[in-house]
Amino acid sequence: MSELVRVDNLHKSFGELEVLKGIDLTVNAGETVVLLGSSGSGKSTLLRCINFMETPTSGRVHLNGESVGAEVNGTMRYKEADLCKLRARIGMVFQHFNLFPHMTVLQNVMEGQITVLGRGKEEAKDKSMAQLQRVGLADKASEFPARLSGGQKQRVAIARALAMDPEVMLFDEVTSALDPELVGEVLKTMRQLADEGMTMICVTHELGFAYHVANRVLFLNKGLIHEEGEPQKLLKNPKTQRMKEFLDGHALFKLPE
Amino acid sequence: MGYNWDFATIFQNWPVFWVGLKGTLLMFGITVVLGMSGGLVVGVLRYLRSPFAAWPARAFVEVFRNTPVLVQIIWFYYAFPILTGIETSPFLAAMLGISLNTMAFSAEIYRAGIQSIEKGQWEAGKAIGMTFAQTMRRIILPVALKRVLPALTNRGIEVFKMSTLASVVAYVETLNQAKLIADLNYNPIESYTAVALIFFVVLYPVVQATYVIERKLSRSDQ
Repeated sequence: MSELVRVDNLHKSFGELEVLKGIDLTVNAGETVVLLGSSGSGKSTLLRCINFMETPTSGRVHLNGESVGAEVNGTMRYKEADLCKLRARIGMVFQHFNLFPHMTVLQNVMEGQITVLGRGKEEAKDKSMAQLQRVGLADKASEFPARLSGGQKQRVAIARALAMDPEVMLFDEVTSALDPELVGEVLKTMRQLADEGMTMICVTHELGFAYHVANRVLFLNKGLIHEEGEPQKLLKNPKTQRMKEFLDGHALFKLPE
Repeated sequence: MGYNWDFATIFQNWPVFWVGLKGTLLMFGITVVLGMSGGLVVGVLRYLRSPFAAWPARAFVEVFRNTPVLVQIIWFYYAFPILTGIETSPFLAAMLGISLNTMAFSAEIYRAGIQSIEKGQWEAGKAIGMTFAQTMRRIILPVALKRVLPALTNRGIEVFKMSTLASVVAYVETLNQAKLIADLNYNPIESYTAVALIFFVVLYPVVQATYVIERKLSRSDQ
């Protein structure tokens, strides 16, 4: 398996508060990695540093062996154009969907392809329809987002990210804002993606998803990777007290016997 | 109570009013376009984080928002030529005063609209690789403009009526012509009533039309 994403000694501070205190992480092509941790552990920040939604305070992020930025007088400087190019190669799905309300579902999925990748209208439309088909929403192509359920919105957001042909997909608590009955359809779509070989890094509280779909689980605590391993082993027999407490805290969580 | 209303003279002088109305429409057309498009630029600059852009934009807004338009017009007519050596016609002085004032006010409307857009929209644009300018143009502004349309309409109505202030430097517009007729025929009451009626007749249907447009534009929000 080839290395797709590598994070070296990543630090991120917001003012005085150091959220990430030196993260090393390698994700191989085709792998699904789940980041677990209580709120404030830094899992979302780590995810957002990978595509530079947040600029790391120090450390490097490599995608397919390349990294952006140059060191000037001991601090990293990034060119906006380089960051845009990098972000176009990384798909991201958010907790609150963030669909563009003034565009139809189809236009939402076409937008990045036309504006960022410079694809022609016809090509973008074909690709968009294919991705909407993939998430099971081709029949909603001409609807505006306001007419969709939360689960449908999130699947459109996934299609929008996929249409850019990303090398890796980042999922930031994508089911946390959904009604419980709608969580399933989104997780099913994600599982299908994982099965098709998409490289995925997911921040989630869905331990069932982590257990069944992830290749690897990382447990973050206080800005560091506290424990990591195969989900079947780690989720059933955490080695550390901290992770055991975290898992016990998920009262609804039941592992298959 | 014993006043004899005489609108016959007004009707006889209709061509004089018509010249004035054309002047009003010209002043409105130019100032509303310049003011609202220029205001968009100032509003976006005002929103930027860079102090080089935001600070001058803020200074501009504060100067033109906190001084009376009437004074600005007079100032551009009398003081501006002294300071710059550039002669200003009544038209140019009024146009500058009203346009710049409209720019300042509409800049604040645009800025408020841009600021009302959820952070997630910026993030979504950024996440698919859009630049700041692309996100602004494709994602933020279309929704922000739609949101501020009622406020802009209001400002537009204000700008239309503000054109009467141009009469202070004797620019030929409706109020100026009414004054002319009033002075010639000693009928100020009818003349100024006619001005009010003309403005109402022109504005009312336009405002009704904007309601229809607003309803149509809000289609995607339902």
